[in-house]
Amino acid sequence: MELHARRKLTNRIALTLALLAMSFGLFWLFWILFTTFELGFSSLSMRLFTEMTPPPGSEGGLLNAIVGSLMLVSLATLVGTPIGILAGIYLAEYGQHTWLGRTTLFINDILLSAPSIVIGLFVYAIYVAPAGHFSGWSGVVALAMLVIPVVIRATENMLRLVPNTLREAVFALGTPKWKVITRVTLRASVAGVLTGILLAVARISGETAPLLFTALSNQFWTLDMNQPIANLPVTIFKFAMSPFKDWQDLAWAAVLLITLGVLSLNILARVLFRDKHRV
Amino acid sequence: MSSFRQGTLGDWVFLNLTRSAAIFVLLMLAGTIASLVYGAWPAIEKFGFGFLWSGEWNPPAERFGALIPIYGTLATSLVALIIAVPVSFGIALFLTEMAPVWLKRPLGIAIELLAGIPSIVYGMWGLLVFAPVFAKYAQPLLANTLGKLPVIGELFSGPGLGIGILSAAVVLAIMTIPFIASVMRDVFDVTPAMLKESAYGVGATTWEVVWNVVLPYTKVGVIGGVMLGLGRALGETMAVTFLIGNMNVFGGFSLFLPGNSIASALANEFAEAESAIYTASLIELGLILFFITFIVLSLSKLLLMQLSRQEGATT
Repeated sequence: MELHARRKLTNRIALTLALLAMSFGLFWLFWILFTTFELGFSSLSMRLFTEMTPPPGSEGGLLNAIVGSLMLVSLATLVGTPIGILAGIYLAEYGQHTWLGRTTLFINDILLSAPSIVIGLFVYAIYVAPAGHFSGWSGVVALAMLVIPVVIRATENMLRLVPNTLREAVFALGTPKWKVITRVTLRASVAGVLTGILLAVARISGETAPLLFTALSNQFWTLDMNQPIANLPVTIFKFAMSPFKDWQDLAWAAVLLITLGVLSLNILARVLFRDKHRV
Repeated sequence: MSSFRQGTLGDWVFLNLTRSAAIFVLLMLAGTIASLVYGAWPAIEKFGFGFLWSGEWNPPAERFGALIPIYGTLATSLVALIIAVPVSFGIALFLTEMAPVWLKRPLGIAIELLAGIPSIVYGMWGLLVFAPVFAKYAQPLLANTLGKLPVIGELFSGPGLGIGILSAAVVLAIMTIPFIASVMRDVFDVTPAMLKESAYGVGATTWEVVWNVVLPYTKVGVIGGVMLGLGRALGETMAVTFLIGNMNVFGGFSLFLPGNSIASALANEFAEAESAIYTASLIELGLILFFITFIVLSLSKLLLMQLSRQEGATT
């Protein structure tokens, strides 16, 4: 009975620890969200959406940063998504057994987790340094490079889930392969691919590191993508580290906007793709 | 036969279009490596291998060594893993074996949301909210308990300022938990139900099933998940930049001390680097970081591939 009791006790201790681990994880999530909401909402006002980022020590809003972020993120998504989908199609439909396909799949998984600051360095070297100045477009290039691996992964995964019988049925009608892919298999996996795109947007909306050497930041209003352009993440970085109360409040408001945006994208992606297959 | 021709032409175009997109991904990687090596070349030429173990980072004198940022990067990541691995294991255990079915999905999503929160948010929260609390309660507690022990007491000595290697590591741990936990959960789920049921059938407890059946079956995947977390932690930039203190001087092995990591040195100094050799040295730091993460992530990927192959072989 001694052994039995000991085994039961070990089991109970282990399961309690597992429960504690789960609570530990949730604890941080709630703490971070609570602070963000508390401090963010108290700094929220209409001025955020009507005024520009202020000089040190005075009040202002985040209009230029919000618009800049929206431009950077949407352009990067527009640039990165088609490349990602095309490469994903190649990996799933043509290249499973080729050297190129296998290598790309492997490399893609590494790029997916590669440090984003290194991507910033790369874009600095190929774009910013030759052009001689920071610019919105270079930020778009850097963010697009982060979108591509996420979209490739989602497209490839989802196309793999399409049953081969479906492909064969369409081939049997004499349909060329490109039509089979674009009209049938891609359509069958559209929800999963969209989920991937949403997750990619969520990921780049908060990315700061690659923008530090590319889009940089801009205190003024501009829509010129050849100029440094204001954006929320870099503004947070600049304002959070500052000693000015006004700037810190604005940073909390910006944190709230980004967190709300990113979390709703994440949740939307999961609602859209309510299935046991995760991306 | 014209529609047939159209089909083959369309196929040719489409194949080459998608293939060039795939090649583009390889070029992205090759381009990154090439541009880093090219950009770092002046520093590689000037400092040679000494760059790796010189602890001097002196922009005015134009003498640079990577030892302190490398130490900071490795120390924060390893301490983060020491915290994150057991917690992630507990979470995966809870999600796969303990949670009632209706709770599995919401709790799984909650943990994944931790990965969704942008690193800049962790950074600002860490600096302004977490660090003061950590300095006030956790650091004195650690100094009075672990700090009294021989040898490892060294790690918890000195004044707790809130920011420093340890607090950066704690926030890094929170950020890596979701990655490691979801890989662990996924690989635990691939354990054949038959194996688990057999163990339960002979009277094993839940813990014994996980420890003696699930874990040995999935250990390759678990290590792969840990490596993935390590890869993420090594390259994490913004959160660490806010919390590590950005000190380029080595003051001792205490984890309470501020330090610097490769990624935060880049984030802080790159835009301000004036001389060419300063820029080149920072790019060389980036190259080192990329090299380390590339190896760690490749290992992770290879291990996870091995697990799925093994799974394919047994079922």
